[in-house]
Amino acid sequence: MLRALKLEPEKCTGCLQCEMACSYENEGVFNPAKSRIKVFTFHQEGRFAPYTCTQCEEAWCLHSCPVEAIVINADTGAKEVLDNVCVGCKVCTIACPFGTVNYNQDSGKVMKCDLCGGDPWCAKACPTGAITYVDVDNTGLDRMRAWAQQSPARPASHVEPRPKEIATYSRAQ
Amino acid sequence: MHHIIIGAGPTGVVAAETLRKLDAGSRITIIGDEPEAPYSRMAIPYLLIDQIDASGTHLRKGDGHYANHNIEVRQDRVTRVQSERKSVSLQSGADVSYDKLLIATGSRSVSPPVPGIDSPGVHACWTLQDARDIMQRAQAGARVVLMGAGFIGSIILEALATRGTDLTVVEMEDRMVPRMMNAVAGGLIKAWCENKGVKVLTSTQVEVIDAGQPLTVRLNNGNALAADLVIAATGVQPNVDFLEGSGIRTDYGVLVDTQLATSATDVYAAGDVAQGLDFSTGQYTVQAIQPTAADHGRIVASNMAGRTQTHRGNLNMNVLDTLGLVSSSFGAWMGVEGGDSAELLDAARFRYLNLQFEDDRLVGASSLGLTEHVGVIRGLIQTRVRLREWKQKLMQDPTRIMEAYLANTLAIGHNAGVV
Ligand SMILES: Cc1cc2nc3c(=O)[nH]c(=O)nc-3n(C[C@H](O)[C@H](O)[C@H](O)COP(=O)(O)OP(=O)(O)OC[C@H]3O[C@@H](n4cnc5c(N)ncnc54)[C@H](O)[C@@H]3O)c2cc1C
Ligand code: SF4
Ligand code: SF4
Repeated sequence: MLRALKLEPEKCTGCLQCEMACSYENEGVFNPAKSRIKVFTFHQEGRFAPYTCTQCEEAWCLHSCPVEAIVINADTGAKEVLDNVCVGCKVCTIACPFGTVNYNQDSGKVMKCDLCGGDPWCAKACPTGAITYVDVDNTGLDRMRAWAQQSPARPASHVEPRPKEIATYSRAQ
Repeated sequence: MHHIIIGAGPTGVVAAETLRKLDAGSRITIIGDEPEAPYSRMAIPYLLIDQIDASGTHLRKGDGHYANHNIEVRQDRVTRVQSERKSVSLQSGADVSYDKLLIATGSRSVSPPVPGIDSPGVHACWTLQDARDIMQRAQAGARVVLMGAGFIGSIILEALATRGTDLTVVEMEDRMVPRMMNAVAGGLIKAWCENKGVKVLTSTQVEVIDAGQPLTVRLNNGNALAADLVIAATGVQPNVDFLEGSGIRTDYGVLVDTQLATSATDVYAAGDVAQGLDFSTGQYTVQAIQPTAADHGRIVASNMAGRTQTHRGNLNMNVLDTLGLVSSSFGAWMGVEGGDSAELLDAARFRYLNLQFEDDRLVGASSLGLTEHVGVIRGLIQTRVRLREWKQKLMQDPTRIMEAYLANTLAIGHNAGVV
């Protein structure tokens, strides 16, 4: 049974444990700026809303990618970015209408939620149950499964990712 | 059922795969004229800087991908379409008949009317072959003149500069990416590029190119530039010539309705060749961008397979990286009559955000230096969500686009009835 992240803004206290856990587990640093889940603050109402990729059926990000760098994980249904294939063109960042793919200027690649391979750290870190990892009800899932079965094979071979360097011609040379 | 798809670019490939899913028993043939595995033009800039090799530009990576999906890919050129007889003629001689035909022939770059534009060392940057030619000449220290700082010109600018070439950009209009950015943002991109060592000449035209080694590029300001390589990125045009006499109606591109069907029965068109509905203007235009190609490919396949899907119009949008400065533009970024706008400018840090509203809906935007949650701009525009009190909040702080989206679409605060 596929599962999905359930986000309940009304339970969120804005403690940012999820952002910390996500950035640490996925990027190796405690840095909310590197988190794939983000807590948005509504000061006036004193409310918070955790938000991340819903692994939507339409998968705009995946279809817009020019080099097949976003693939569906057949086990979790997550749309995952293959770092060694992504060229950093950022088309997926404007194609996702939920704004949940972000460009990481340090790596020259994009980042999005991949459900941590089926055991999402944000859900484990959330102390109030505002983020839980639960079974998706069957409606809408069949199409997603059909998709997963069709998901492309992993690429054969690729040039290893390397950080983007910008060194240009210097006239003083 | 035999589906023939002309053109092996992203549109053709996405359409073929979608057809295979929806119409499992059908025969699918892609006919493409480039001597390459189906690839993505968009990946060319990354090939130019050796970040990927040619296989990294391929649309699909796994060995035998097309065969596994029972999609036949033929390398040939369609020279004629006989829509009454439902067949196409190939350059190799044969005629092939179809039940449904998709024209996904894309666009090609067109040379500007400049004397000497055919000289050796002058290239377009549109195909993999162009990229290989450019890489030969664009060595570190080589003098390169890039004609055109539109979207495509600006996309390859970074690759050319990163190769260590001595780069000069010549743009006819008064700013860079004039069809994507206003004067403020276009001016900042120019300043950024100049800071990085690229010469940018705006409001300048190339008048003549004299052949030779080096080439001499004569400008309308009286100056001349010596160049080892000239790249012409001044414009593209849909590949519709082979449709002449076919009865399929064309204007600038192939005319299509909201099912991406052409004027001929069982003939469809999609991607860079199709003059499709624009979400913002309601006009039919050729957008020539990847997200539109992908969306067209999926919708057209659904219609070809008999599952009617209406095309509601694509949002014209671009994202660009010029030497580390990321910019994007969406929809009616220049604003609409009677609309309001919000602008945030931090010129010293090269940050800019401009939102355009019609009533209390977002209809367009442009940005510099925005890399977080930028896609939500598409979401806000295309869902036509009413921003209500959030319009005023965005007028004060345009960066709160994500909050505006969540507040109006999720149960948070007021609309959840909890506050
Ligand atoms: C350098 C570069 C960078 C780009 N970067 C971006 C970007 O960052 N973002 C973005 O949104 N877009 C970008 N684009 C545009 C994007 O690549 C196109 O929108 C996309 O390729 C359109 O896909 P398509 O399948 O419709 O057309 P194409 O990719 O052009 O494919 C059409 C194919 O059909 C073939 N063909 C034509 N006529 C015939 C015929 N008669 N018979 C057989 N075959 C034929 C053509 O040779 C071609 O192979 C870029 C383009 C270039 C060149
Ligand atoms: S990143 Fe956006 S488009 Fe991609 S699966 Fe997630 S929500 Fe959908
Ligand atoms: S940034 Fe990477 S994942 Fe996103 S569309 Fe480009 S290549 Fe694909």
